Amino acid sequence: MSRHFETGGAPHFPPHSTVGGVMRQVLYALVPGIAAYTWFFGVGVLLQILLATVFALALEAAMLKLRGQPVKRFLGDYSAVVTAVLFALCIPPLAPWWVSLTGMIFAIVVAKQLYGGLGSNLFNPAMIAYVVVLISFPQYITAWPQPAELASHGFGPLEALHTVFSGQPAGGLGWDAISGATVLDAIRNGTAAGQPMESIRQSAAFGQLAGHGWEWIAGWYTLGGLWLLWKRIISWHIPVAVLGSAFLFSSALYIADPASNPSPLLDLLSGALLIGAFFIATDPVSGCTSSRGRLVFGAGVGILTLVIRRWGGYPDGVAFAVLLMNMAAPLIDRFTQPRIFGHD
Amino acid sequence: MMSWRQRSKAERARQAGERLHRFHGGLRLQHYKKISCEVPVQRAALPPRLFVPLLQHTGRAAEATVSEGQHVLKGEQIGCFKQLGSGGVHAPTSGTVSAIVRHPISHPAGEDGRCIVIRPDGLDQWLEPEPVKDWQSADPETLLQCIRHSGIVGLGGAMFPTAYKVQAASERGIHTLVLNGSECEPYISCDEMLMREQPDSIVLGARILQKAVGAERTLIAIEDQMGAVHQALQGAVDRSGAAHISIVKVTTIYPEGGEKQLIQVLTGLEVPSGGRPADLGLLCQNVATATAVARAVTEGKPLVERIVTVTGSGVRSPRNLLAAIGTPVSNLVDQCGGYQPGAARLVLGGPMMGYPLASDSNPVTKAANCILVLNEDEIRQPQAEMPCIRCGECARVCPALLLPQQLDRFIRAQKWEEARSGGLKDCIECGCCDFVCPSHIPLVEWFRFGKSTLQELASGKQRANVARERFEARAERLEKNKLLRKQRIAEKKKALRADTGKQEKIAEAIERVRKRRENSE
Repeated sequence: MSRHFETGGAPHFPPHSTVGGVMRQVLYALVPGIAAYTWFFGVGVLLQILLATVFALALEAAMLKLRGQPVKRFLGDYSAVVTAVLFALCIPPLAPWWVSLTGMIFAIVVAKQLYGGLGSNLFNPAMIAYVVVLISFPQYITAWPQPAELASHGFGPLEALHTVFSGQPAGGLGWDAISGATVLDAIRNGTAAGQPMESIRQSAAFGQLAGHGWEWIAGWYTLGGLWLLWKRIISWHIPVAVLGSAFLFSSALYIADPASNPSPLLDLLSGALLIGAFFIATDPVSGCTSSRGRLVFGAGVGILTLVIRRWGGYPDGVAFAVLLMNMAAPLIDRFTQPRIFGHD
Repeated sequence: MMSWRQRSKAERARQAGERLHRFHGGLRLQHYKKISCEVPVQRAALPPRLFVPLLQHTGRAAEATVSEGQHVLKGEQIGCFKQLGSGGVHAPTSGTVSAIVRHPISHPAGEDGRCIVIRPDGLDQWLEPEPVKDWQSADPETLLQCIRHSGIVGLGGAMFPTAYKVQAASERGIHTLVLNGSECEPYISCDEMLMREQPDSIVLGARILQKAVGAERTLIAIEDQMGAVHQALQGAVDRSGAAHISIVKVTTIYPEGGEKQLIQVLTGLEVPSGGRPADLGLLCQNVATATAVARAVTEGKPLVERIVTVTGSGVRSPRNLLAAIGTPVSNLVDQCGGYQPGAARLVLGGPMMGYPLASDSNPVTKAANCILVLNEDEIRQPQAEMPCIRCGECARVCPALLLPQQLDRFIRAQKWEEARSGGLKDCIECGCCDFVCPSHIPLVEWFRFGKSTLQELASGKQRANVARERFEARAERLEKNKLLRKQRIAEKKKALRADTGKQEKIAEAIERVRKRRENSE
C-alpha cells in the first residue's frame, strides 16, 4: 500500500537561525560593555536599560495591536529590546525617567512602527530617539556624571533611583556637583578657547588613553563586537570601514596639526565611536546590504562623525552620522550592486 | 583575433585542476553520508510490478513502442524519444507489459505521467546485447550512436540526454572532460559507493567519453572527505594505463557539485551567463553517467538500473541499492527495513534541492539518486515568516553572487524587468539563501515562481509578436484588396465609357422604358 506524505518546498532542513536569535546574540555581545559601564557609573546604567526596555516593549505591543499585527510573534523578535538597550547606553545613567519615555516613543512609535514595523524603518530607531532627546533636553543629555564625583558624594543605588524618578540629583545636590565635562566636551571647549591639546589632556576627565572609565568601556564593547563578527552576526565591512575611515581621517588631521587635534587613538576610544561601529551602524535594516555598499556606508559614518566632532555643533557626531548615512543607504545600494556570476 | 583576455581565459581553462580556486558563498553542511555507507551496494529485489515512466529526461515524453500484453526482454526498447534523437526508455527486466497508465512520477514537469507497467517474469533475461566492437578504434560517431541508443541521460539529476550534450560540446571543441564525483548534498552517497566499488568502470567510461568528445584529458573531481575513493580510483587509473586521467580532491562545500561551481573551483573561471561549460572547452559528466556509458559501449547494455541511496533517520536501515528503473519507492524503503515511526517527509534527491514526494508509489527514475526520509523534528515546520531585516546573509552565501533579498522584493512587487536584470535567471536554486535566512522567507519558492513567470512573459511576448505580425499582414492584405477593387471598378467604368455602341443601347433602353410609362398613363 502506498503511503502519503506532507510535502513542502526545498530546502527541507529546518532554518538555522531566527530573527529573535540574531537580536539576542547582539544583546549578549553588549553584556561585557554594560558590565564595565555599570562598574564605573553605578546601577543607574541598569536602571536606564530596564526603563527603556519596559517602555519599548509596552509601546511596541500597543502599536502592534493597533496595526493588527501578531503581538507575541513580534515581541519575541527582541528588536525592540535591542533598540531600548542601545538607546539607554547612549544617555547619561542618571537622566530622568521621562527622557527614556520620550526617546522610546520616537524610536518605537514613530521611527519603527509608523514606518511599517520591523524591517521597514528607514532610520535607526535608537539613534532617532537619541537625537530627539538630545535636541529636546540638552541639559539632561549632556550632563554626564563623573565616576569620581559620584563616589565622593556617596552615590549608591538608592540615590540613583531617586535621581532618575525625581528628575533631581539626590541629597539636594545640583547637576553640576556630580557631572562634568566628558573628554569630547573638554576637547571641544579647549580647542574653541585656543588651548593646546597638551593642556586639554590635563583635564580630570582623561584616563590613560581616552576618557577615564570610558576607555575601558569602549574596550569591552569592542570585545563584544568581535564576538559578533566571529559568530557572523555582523559582517566585518561596516566596523572596519567606520573605524578605518575615522582613524585615517583623524590621523591626517593630527599629522597636519598635532597641537589642536587629538590623537587618532583618542578619537577612536572616545564617545560612541566603538559602540557605534560594532552595534549601531551595523543595524542591517537601516543600513546598506551589499558588501561594497557597507564599506561606503561605514566610511561615511566614520568621516561624518569626525567632521561633526571637529566642526559641528555637538561634541560627538555618531548619531547624526548614522542617520545621515541611513538617508543615503538606498542610493548607495543602488550604485554598489555586485556583479552577477557569469556576467562581465 | 582573440583578445588578450580571451586568450588568458582559454589558457586558464586548459590548466583546469592544476590549482584549486574558490567559489563565492556556499555552506559547510553536516554530511550524514556515513549512515548509508556502512554496507556495500546491494541489488534490490524486483517488485511485483515496475512502473517505467516515459518521461525521464528533459523535454517531451517518449512514445510507447510496446502494447499491452506484449512480452519484453530486459534492455528492449519500450519508449522512443524522437526529440534530440535520444534512445528513449528500455525494459528494466524481462516480463509482460500489463498496462500503460498515468501514474505519479517524479519530474519537474508534472506530478503524474504515462508509465509502462511491466510484470517481471522472474527470468531477468537480456535482449541479445550489441556492444561496440573494439571501441578504441571506433570513431566518435559510432560511440555517440551507441550512447544515444542506450537511453543514457545525466544521472546526477539533470536528466539531459548525454549523447546530445556530448555531441553539442564536441562541436564547440572540448579539451578537458570533467567527471563530477562531488555529490555535495548531505545524505546522498550513491556516487561515493559507485566510485569505491566500480572504479574500473568509471575510468573505462571516462576514456570512452573522452574519445567521443575528442578531449585531451580527463579530471575526476572527488570530495576531500571521501577517503577510500581516491585510492580506488587511482588504482583503476593505473590499471587502465591511461596517462591523461587525473583525480582532483576538492573541498566539501555545498553546492560544489553544481556544474558551474565545480568548474569555477577547477579553473577559477565562471561559465558565462546563459552559456555552457563547453564555452570554456570543458564537458562535465556525472561519474554514474560514465559507468552507464561504459556498460552501453562495451557490453551493449542500455541504462535500465541505477544505484539509489535510501537514507535518512526515517528509514530503519539506510543503504545503497542497485534498483531497476521503475521500482516503486515504497518497495525500496521496504527493502531497507521500512519506515521509522517518526517518518514525516519523503524526498527524492537531497535535503537542499530534492523534490518532496506526496506518495511513495512514485517509481525510481534515471535521475533518482536518493530517497530521503526525514523525521518530524528534522524538517522545516510550517511557520510564519518574519519581515526581511536586510541582514545580507543570503547574499553572503549565494554562489551566483545575487542579492536574494532584493530579488525577493522585486518578485513580490511583480517588477519583472528589475528581477530579470537582477539575475533571477542566474539563480541555481541551491537553497543556501533560504537555509540561512533568519526571517524564514521561502526564497527558493519565490524564485521558482519568478522564473516561471519570466518564462511565461517571454513566451507571451513572443506570442504577442506573432499575433501583431499576423494582424499587420491582414491589414495590409485588406488594404491591397481594397485598392485592387477600386482599380477594377475604375477600369470597368473606363471600359464602359469607351464602348459607344453599348452606351447607345443603354440610351435606347432608357427611352423605351420612358415611353412605356407615358403610354400606360
